[in-house]
Amino acid sequence: MAIKVTLPTAFTRHTDGRKQFDSVAANLPALIADIDQTFPALGTQIKDDDGKLRRFINIYVNDEDIRFLGGETYSFQDGDEVMLIPSIAGGCF
Amino acid sequence: MNYSCTRYELKCNECGKRYGNQPLSGCPDCLAPLEIVYDLEAARGVFTREAIAAGPANIWRYAALLPIPDGFQPDLPVGFTPLVKATNLGKRIGATNLFVKNDAVCFPTLSFKDRVVSVALANAQRFGFETVGASSTGNLANSVAAQAARLGLKASILVPADLEPAKILNTQVYGARLIRIDGNYDHVNRLCTLIADEYNWGIVNVNLRPYYAEGSKTVGYEIAEQLGWRLPDNVVVPMAGGSLIRKIRKAFQELIYLGLVEDKAVRFFGAQATGCSPISTAVKQGTDYIEPQRPNTIARSLAIGNPADGPAAAKMIRDSGGWAEDVSDVEIVSGMQELAETEGIFTETAGGVTTAVTARLYAHGRISPDELTVTCITGNGLKTTDALTGYYREERAVRPRLADFDAYLRELDGTAEPELVAAGGK
Repeated sequence: MAIKVTLPTAFTRHTDGRKQFDSVAANLPALIADIDQTFPALGTQIKDDDGKLRRFINIYVNDEDIRFLGGETYSFQDGDEVMLIPSIAGGCF
Repeated sequence: MNYSCTRYELKCNECGKRYGNQPLSGCPDCLAPLEIVYDLEAARGVFTREAIAAGPANIWRYAALLPIPDGFQPDLPVGFTPLVKATNLGKRIGATNLFVKNDAVCFPTLSFKDRVVSVALANAQRFGFETVGASSTGNLANSVAAQAARLGLKASILVPADLEPAKILNTQVYGARLIRIDGNYDHVNRLCTLIADEYNWGIVNVNLRPYYAEGSKTVGYEIAEQLGWRLPDNVVVPMAGGSLIRKIRKAFQELIYLGLVEDKAVRFFGAQATGCSPISTAVKQGTDYIEPQRPNTIARSLAIGNPADGPAAAKMIRDSGGWAEDVSDVEIVSGMQELAETEGIFTETAGGVTTAVTARLYAHGRISPDELTVTCITGNGLKTTDALTGYYREERAVRPRLADFDAYLRELDGTAEPELVAAGGK
């Protein structure tokens, strides 16, 4: 089982320019642990002082906000496309 | 792609790092939103009541505290919309000191978005972008399209596919490229984030966002000036992304700091539709995070289910002693009708939200009748006429004879008015 992870350009300075990588993480906590292992500098950047994912990062699974799928409890499915995107304050009205 | 300026620059809200002036919305280090900060001491003596009064009757009278590049020659007379005493609406909802800030007549495209777009595009030009864009639920699309046409910039604008036909037409007519996305606004916004990452485009509410958002301050400046350089007790503001309400407060604080108005604790009240109410829910529950929602409301211009300024807006509202409310689609339409019938202001669904929420705040005693209160109307009803479909009958044609006219009037008077659901106050 593998998932495909896509990163924004702002993160690629910590990944030797790579925007995509594959992971066998079973869920979000496992993916963050995987990032810690593979790209330690990125792991530091995306977490706050308490070791939690920064609140300015949104995680999407196949275009769906992971919070609608159960957040940390969601089990990644084979082939899931996971995106990390900084949340841009989105005013539109 | 950056410029230096001593008057203002980008600063991270969280870690405090400064980034000069460049098309960048998030801190590269901690990812928090960037905001424009000013050298307020330098503005002292420049940003005065007298200097402002001598300026043009539009938002450019406040240019000294807007992120406008040196040498920029303002073109369009944006803003400075009417602030009207809402005596009739007040009688209906139990308010004796209520004003309406009417951005339904903002120039050039009839919404408050004209303010933010004019500031964003001034910077887009300065940064050298040839193509500008936006993710939008309509009003922003209209404004970017119109103002880009005027400035000779190419515009590519992304909207949710189910947008109101009037808002689509009002974008296309200016020659902008309109791209309908099969998804809701949050999908569109996320795609625009990816586009800004890959394309050399100035997307007003993504990589130009810190500049764009500052344009909202002009609503606050105008309210204070139009009240005779004093601050209201309360402000009621519609919330989509949660930016406007914070920027009005920022404007008030700058005015206090520079001595243009007396210090005063203004209470801020946020308005949302129940079908998309992540910020009002956070305010009511006292949480410091936003639980995202899937929007389902006729107030499409407020339908942001995952507002990134939401946590800050919710906190600011609570800290000010204010509150937030949300109203149903039926109440939204009633709010539109009430404002039109009482004050002659035809607002879009978002204004129906604001009006209905204002009514409820009085009904629940959160705002006292005699407190000086301003309710912010941000868009024009002509853009969302579909919300009123079925609410008004198409009457039969009357023959052009006085007798027929008399008979017709008697016929009408014998007909009971359809009962309207009172806005708010339930």
